[in-house]
Amino acid sequence: MASVTSVVLRPEGYDLPAGQRRVLRWTIYIGYAALIAGVFHGLANALSYAGISILGWFPGLSTYYQGLTAHGVANVLFFTFTFANAFLPLMTGRALARPLNTGLLWASFITLVLGNILTIYAVVGNHASVLYTSYAPLQAHWTYYLGLVLLVVSTYFALANMIMALVGWKKANRGERIPLLAYISVTSYVMWLLASLPIAVEFIVFLLPWSLGWRSHVDPLLTRTLFWFTGHAIVYVWLLPAYVSWYALIPRQVGGAVISDSYTRIVWILFLLLSIPTGMHHQYTDPGISNAMKAVHGVLTFGVFFPSLATAFSVMAALEIGGRRAGGTGLLGWIRKLPWKDPSVLAQILAMLTFVLGGATGLVNASFSMNQVIHNTTWVPGHFHMTVGTAVALTLMGVAYWLIPYLSQRRLFGNGLALASSWIYTIGVLIFARGMIDGGLHGMPRRTFMAEANYRSPAWELPGILTGIGGTMMFIGVMLFFAVIGLTIVLGKREGAPQDIPVSVTLTAPAKDGWEPMLDRLGIWVVAAIVLILIAYGPFLIGYDVVPVSTGFRLF
Amino acid sequence: MKVHTYEKAFLAVGAVVLVACALALVYATVVHGIHLPDVSGRVDPANVAATPPFDQPGVYQRGPDEYEAVVIGRAWSFQPTEIRVPAGAKITFTATTTDVIHGFNIEGTRLNMMLIPGQVSKNTYTFAEPGEYLLICHEYCGLAHHLMHGRIIVVPAGTDVPLVNGGAVAADAAESAAGDAAHVNH
Repeated sequence: MASVTSVVLRPEGYDLPAGQRRVLRWTIYIGYAALIAGVFHGLANALSYAGISILGWFPGLSTYYQGLTAHGVANVLFFTFTFANAFLPLMTGRALARPLNTGLLWASFITLVLGNILTIYAVVGNHASVLYTSYAPLQAHWTYYLGLVLLVVSTYFALANMIMALVGWKKANRGERIPLLAYISVTSYVMWLLASLPIAVEFIVFLLPWSLGWRSHVDPLLTRTLFWFTGHAIVYVWLLPAYVSWYALIPRQVGGAVISDSYTRIVWILFLLLSIPTGMHHQYTDPGISNAMKAVHGVLTFGVFFPSLATAFSVMAALEIGGRRAGGTGLLGWIRKLPWKDPSVLAQILAMLTFVLGGATGLVNASFSMNQVIHNTTWVPGHFHMTVGTAVALTLMGVAYWLIPYLSQRRLFGNGLALASSWIYTIGVLIFARGMIDGGLHGMPRRTFMAEANYRSPAWELPGILTGIGGTMMFIGVMLFFAVIGLTIVLGKREGAPQDIPVSVTLTAPAKDGWEPMLDRLGIWVVAAIVLILIAYGPFLIGYDVVPVSTGFRLF
Repeated sequence: MKVHTYEKAFLAVGAVVLVACALALVYATVVHGIHLPDVSGRVDPANVAATPPFDQPGVYQRGPDEYEAVVIGRAWSFQPTEIRVPAGAKITFTATTTDVIHGFNIEGTRLNMMLIPGQVSKNTYTFAEPGEYLLICHEYCGLAHHLMHGRIIVVPAGTDVPLVNGGAVAADAAESAAGDAAHVNH
């Protein structure tokens, strides 16, 4: 076996200042607060497909769609980004063995809280029941758009923090390769910086002034295209923090190793290059966009599947190394030797396995002919509850099982509950997705209050019931997760809390010469990504005749 | 960079599958003529009712075995609500919206389009068998979105289809949908 190298500068230890520990912890708690609200609405949404309406039990809730807006905004915007805002800078600081900038941590935290308050005001008051996609000309209150803009600003502060740490580290370590964990953490948010620009234009130039009455009309196809310009890459921004854990931390947790340093960096570069120029596959059924442009995005979408395939191999190989080191033999004997009783590992392995189905259904979405069968049916939420809803969410829950003890300096309380949470959640999502995917293939519409719809198809009967059962199980799983986190914070023992993050080692060290150091020159890769983006979006943006035809509608 | 043989094989197989997916996409388009909605013209959403062909929603014969169904979506109904077309004929659906984004999905078929203010949506489909199909608005369009639907009635080939059908029905349905919406709104 090759020499063993760490993915961080100083594997022996790291001191996180107590003040920073506190900000990071509270950043994550904000996300948890959002997630709690979000999953209650998720339960109501899932039960609606089974023909059961529990909306009456929600104090202050006016409509199903208000709850659905809360579900989407809380779960995929606030929960995911708050976690990334804390997790990625922490990983960067740890990898470089440098303290973070406390001022920037606070700036990120405060903008996040402000954004949250504005968005909650708008959604809870039923001033913004436009769903998280915010399609014009449905018009929300300006506080909704401004709240989401502030959320994005908070991510920029987090990125600035990482870049500062990296620049400082580079000055002190000329000629050294960037430690792998820092590289993948920073690159994840560099990709997001590029990806976020179109939605920033959509909100700041169009929707926010329009909601304030400073701009009378917008062009709905243009704003929708700007949304999806960001909107596909955003799913990779949700996914990449989970990948950071799978690549750099999970191998250590199972006693394995990252199989290759360069290979891992290439995966992140492929995400940087290919995540963004693929957004139009969400718009296959839109008028006003040529089939040629859609085909370009379709082919690139198949391309961005490649780094995930590569990940499947690497991560499974890392698991296998761990299983064999623990005494597993034979073709599959290593699987039994994995630490299935470790709640952090269990959650993440189940997340990975579910992601296989999530990825496969994603390929279907990218196909012209299949997309027309399933577009905007429940197939799509069936798919993405296995990707962002499990591969990401369950991984972040798994990470929390060591991260919250690390940040709060308390030992995890309720190992058994945590294990049960992951199993119930995973079985739940598989039943839920089976229902949604089956219903979707028979045209069951997504984003629709089925419990009170005045049309039905017999083919949706069983799928609707499965959706309700699976969704209820997912809800129970998340509630158990919160029970474990709450008990840990309150009752966890002080002694024996983790003193460091579980940093892995790699089998192959980063090369100092040859072509591999090129991978660290992020500037060049950003330029290459911009070129691809111009190829994929340039023809549409140049050729599109912007006609602002729509005033705002508040039909909620 | 050393790459394991299994890894090379895995990635090679993966790459072949993805290239095959991309080729299948091209094949479906070129050989089977499966097209997505394309650039099909503009219309001012505030003036849809005065703009041909949307001034006369309904079904028109455009050639032997070729029909065009002109449909308007608005919160929260389709006009016409009931669309009669013959089986076996090529039907072009031409649709738009007067207000917000709506969906236009015929259950059990691949006829699936978005209606976006300012844009004309167009796609074609041939129903092989007579029968009834739900026409569903599958994009959230406000409070009573879940009431917005219509019906496609496919009659046996050779049956006379009343041209420009469903106008009166549509008006009634729009009224009742609005009534239902008010009910939901309490």
